[in-house]
Amino acid sequence: MKRPIIEIKDLHKSYEDLPVLQGVDLDIKWGETITIVGGSGTGKSVLLKLISGLEKPDQGVIRIDARDIVPLKEDELVPIRRKIGMLFQGGALFDSLSAGENVAYPIREHFRLAEKEIQRIVREKLGLVGLDGVEEKMPAELSGGMKKRVGLARAIAIDPEIILYDEPTTGLDPANTERINQLIVELQRILKVTSIVVTHDLDSAYTVTDRLALLHKGLIAMVGTKKEFKASAVQEVKDFIAKKIVE
Amino acid sequence: MKDPISLIQQRIQSALRYVGGASRLLFEAISCGIRPPYQLGLILQEIEAIGIQSLTVVNVIALFTGMVLALQTAYALSRFGAKGFIGVVVAISLVREIGPVFTGIMVAGRVGSGIAAEIGSMKVTEQIDAIRVMGANPVKRLVVPKLIASIVVLPLLTIVADCLGIVGGLFISITELQVNSYYYFTTILDAISLHDVASGVGKTVFFGLIIAVIGCYQGMTTAGGTVGVGRSTTATVVVASILILVSDFFLTKIFLML
Repeated sequence: MKRPIIEIKDLHKSYEDLPVLQGVDLDIKWGETITIVGGSGTGKSVLLKLISGLEKPDQGVIRIDARDIVPLKEDELVPIRRKIGMLFQGGALFDSLSAGENVAYPIREHFRLAEKEIQRIVREKLGLVGLDGVEEKMPAELSGGMKKRVGLARAIAIDPEIILYDEPTTGLDPANTERINQLIVELQRILKVTSIVVTHDLDSAYTVTDRLALLHKGLIAMVGTKKEFKASAVQEVKDFIAKKIVE
Repeated sequence: MKDPISLIQQRIQSALRYVGGASRLLFEAISCGIRPPYQLGLILQEIEAIGIQSLTVVNVIALFTGMVLALQTAYALSRFGAKGFIGVVVAISLVREIGPVFTGIMVAGRVGSGIAAEIGSMKVTEQIDAIRVMGANPVKRLVVPKLIASIVVLPLLTIVADCLGIVGGLFISITELQVNSYYYFTTILDAISLHDVASGVGKTVFFGLIIAVIGCYQGMTTAGGTVGVGRSTTATVVVASILILVSDFFLTKIFLML
């Protein structure tokens, strides 16, 4: 049996006395793609920020590769972040840098490589997301879908072991949504990474994922395979599938 | 409705939080800044953005301030038959006080708001989070170069502004007051000391620090999307301008004691 690469135990997080996560337990196995679904404001993106160390929980444990990251300081998190790539909801590309420089950013941050080698990696990663020849373009010249793909190329630039996707298809047209979904599946196959996808789009979740977890009222209501999820007797899951939980 | 005492308590708490947060950012920037790598390229870029691009606005304002100062001073001095000392009054006012404060407030408006808008936009579009996830330190990347550039650039801009203000005064002296340029400059050189120049320029190092720290802090704490960015830029100009004027009083007292 695959051991978990990420273990989350009894995770609590609240903002100004408003509880968002109220005891989340979740194990994520090596090499799997897990999708966290749930209605708006249930704390899906917060969970990703906690996993990436961008925020600290009020209580609980997050182990990445057997190391608890909660007590770690910002500079102690750097080796953990070396293992993580993250695709942000809006792409979060640096406006002042070209697409190529955006992809090169984490490479320059973590490695001392010759410029020629950096450019080779940049071209390779952009090629993987189907964006050959956009190195010189500025983010403002790219469409929403292209920005997300450059963001994805940046997320995989340093060959992370874990990729976090925050609402990867939000705001995209159906064609781009399909393209991003296919990319997630393809990258998973090629790179053999562990992927955590946060989305409210159940169709996307079914396309990309091995397992689904439903986050409801600050707790994981159910975790299971697509088949288990669809056949689940848990009321919250039934409501979510029936779109009774507001997205 | 909240009672006045709890309202005052809230205001004091939020002011203390602001001071604490801005001070913490400054200390973090100093602690990051003294450790290598030193990012000389980024610092030079910021010097260009903050300094060179502020030159036009600072120059125009300095020139006309010098001209207005000469006109107003001549009006007062002519009552005592002391119009010949116009150069001294213009130069000392500019070098000791008006040059540094006007430059500080202009840069707070132009550069401080720009810093808050740039970092604030990065905050609300998750670019700051992206920097952190990629293992970099946003304070080192964004705050340190702007802080160093502001501290370096503001004294230089002030020297340029002082010179142009004096030239503006000269123009009015020659055209309106019939004081020739030789007499104008001779009286200035006789009366003005290095201490006058140093006390004026020295203050601007602190003004540069105030502008960069407030702009960066407002940017880093921006929340609430594009509306939040607008709020941060406005707050930066207001807070930095007030702090420049308040600190100017205390710095002047200190420099007078030296």
